[in-house]
Amino acid sequence: MRHGIITLFLALPLAAAFLLAAVGGAKRRFAEIVGVSSPLALLALAVYVFFVRGSEPLVYSFSGWPAPLGVVWVLDGLSMLMLLAANFVAAAVAVYSVGYMKSYTAPAKYYALFNLMVGAMNALALSGDIFNIYVFLEIASVAAYALAAFGLGRDELEASFKYVILGSTASAFILMGVAIIYSATGSLNLADIAAVLAARTADSSGGAIRLAALLMTSGFALKAGLVPFHAWLPDVHSSAPSPVSAMLSGMLIKVAGLYAMARIFFFIAPVARIMPNILVFLGVLSMIVGVLLALGQWDFKRLLAYHSVSQVGYIALGLGLGTPLGIAAGLYHLINHAVFKSLMFLNAGAVEYSAGTRDLKSAGGLAARMPVTGATSLTASLAIAGVPPLNGFWSKFMIIIAAFQAGRYFAGAAAAIVSVLTLASFLKVQKYVFWGKTKENLSSVKEVPLSMTLPMAALAVACVLLGIFYPVVRDTLIQPAAMVLVRALEYSAGAIK
Amino acid sequence: MRQNTPQGMSVIVKTVTRLTVRLIFLFGVYVILHGHLTPGGGFAGGVMLALAAVHVMLAYGRDTAMKELSFSGAQIFEGIGALAFLVIGLSGLAAGVFFKNYLAPGTPFEFLSGGTIIISNMAIGLKVMGGLFAIFVAMTFFQGGGTDDKK
Repeated sequence: MRHGIITLFLALPLAAAFLLAAVGGAKRRFAEIVGVSSPLALLALAVYVFFVRGSEPLVYSFSGWPAPLGVVWVLDGLSMLMLLAANFVAAAVAVYSVGYMKSYTAPAKYYALFNLMVGAMNALALSGDIFNIYVFLEIASVAAYALAAFGLGRDELEASFKYVILGSTASAFILMGVAIIYSATGSLNLADIAAVLAARTADSSGGAIRLAALLMTSGFALKAGLVPFHAWLPDVHSSAPSPVSAMLSGMLIKVAGLYAMARIFFFIAPVARIMPNILVFLGVLSMIVGVLLALGQWDFKRLLAYHSVSQVGYIALGLGLGTPLGIAAGLYHLINHAVFKSLMFLNAGAVEYSAGTRDLKSAGGLAARMPVTGATSLTASLAIAGVPPLNGFWSKFMIIIAAFQAGRYFAGAAAAIVSVLTLASFLKVQKYVFWGKTKENLSSVKEVPLSMTLPMAALAVACVLLGIFYPVVRDTLIQPAAMVLVRALEYSAGAIK
Repeated sequence: MRQNTPQGMSVIVKTVTRLTVRLIFLFGVYVILHGHLTPGGGFAGGVMLALAAVHVMLAYGRDTAMKELSFSGAQIFEGIGALAFLVIGLSGLAAGVFFKNYLAPGTPFEFLSGGTIIISNMAIGLKVMGGLFAIFVAMTFFQGGGTDDKK
């Protein structure tokens, strides 16, 4: 494999985005072909790179300038995991958009923003220095602000405005953290920062790093939607167009929030020892508060959004435990949640598309009218609630075990109880939307077109396969990714040579 | 402050604009082309190019200015600028590494030096000009106190 191929993860979607931006008034068919083929090609590229990459992390220096002075991309197990997940979800959502976005105008602008967001997420996953992480975080966020407001309705604009203000504040915090780390260590390259900090005696720059770590925690926690930084998330994720919600809730909060946080913190965490405790605390708080708020919701998408807050808490808890099992469990749950939460938002979109409602009470008995949507939604509900053998079961089980092993009994117990409450909440969704007798005014509802059922079916199959082939997934994908974080310091020696 | 009416500002402003707008544009081009030698570059020069167009619009009013300048033109410039920048990066990839500077570096402080930097500056200048002007025009669409006057 020629190493330059990994730059296509950014170049390809950017080319599609700029082309569509240049021909803003293009025909819908052209916009769909360009806009959808790029995420599909990216998925193929991710799978190809997964099979041909070597066992060592691949370090790619832009314009040939070596690290730590030049800009580097690092393709290791963790980046590979994020690339596969992000591009899989993006490809499914892009195909789904063909049907769903028919009722919206300006398709070229939609696909341009969508590709920009996908490209920025890919580049974020590959970046090897904190400033580039910040830059791509901003590109992905700005595209997300615009996409969240794409319908231009009153709720959408209000939610998007809230998102812009809070998101920009978070970005400013992150940038300040980057600046402090740069001034304290003289480097932006992650591996170099880790090496500089490891060479120092314990407390010579501990204060500055702790301040930077706290600023970045606030910023990334807001991007991830952790309680108490979650206020924007239910509004934005429920009022955005459904494919956008699926992308935001499925991938963006994880890549821009949790992944970036993990990537940075596991390198500076040896200095800032408080970080794991903060992550565990925020994680448990998010799990409990998120699910309690979700229980009382009657808006389908708002309920899903509150569950995102709750499930992101599980991931933060797993990562915060810091044990190899905890990290692996957190990353596994990250992938699983990406698959089933994006599937559920697509289900909610399908219900809205066909039955014209997001209110749980005014829907009913739709499983008979919409068999694919009903079946995939049931799969996703069981997966998120952690019913074996679906994927959510394994990751939650691992998180609970890891919490007890690490001696955090309260966190483990909370994770188990929240899981039961999640099941209750999704049984409510199934009962009110899909089961029972079809309401009279919904008797003419039809299943959504093939371009929308196909991605939902693909995601549902992924839920099942990720669960059944759990040992294979663990050994080929999750363990290599977790090892990157566990051995953060050894990695650094490899990435700056 | 005087309201910017559709007819534009006073005759003094219009005359001065007519005299200076080409100079502003020329200075923007100069800043872009000398980005590798003097302060400034693609972004700063692109802002000046956009300001030349904004200047015409402020002095003559939106309706008159939009006969000469177009919103979709700005979008096309922006897209082409961005695509050109990407092509420079990809041509570097063809020569070995993404964004490799494969052209001869030349003598320092000569005009033709710096390899691909000068082309990159041109692409960025084009994008910034198109982008900033498009943002300005888009903002003038929404001046009517919340009503939609796109029609």
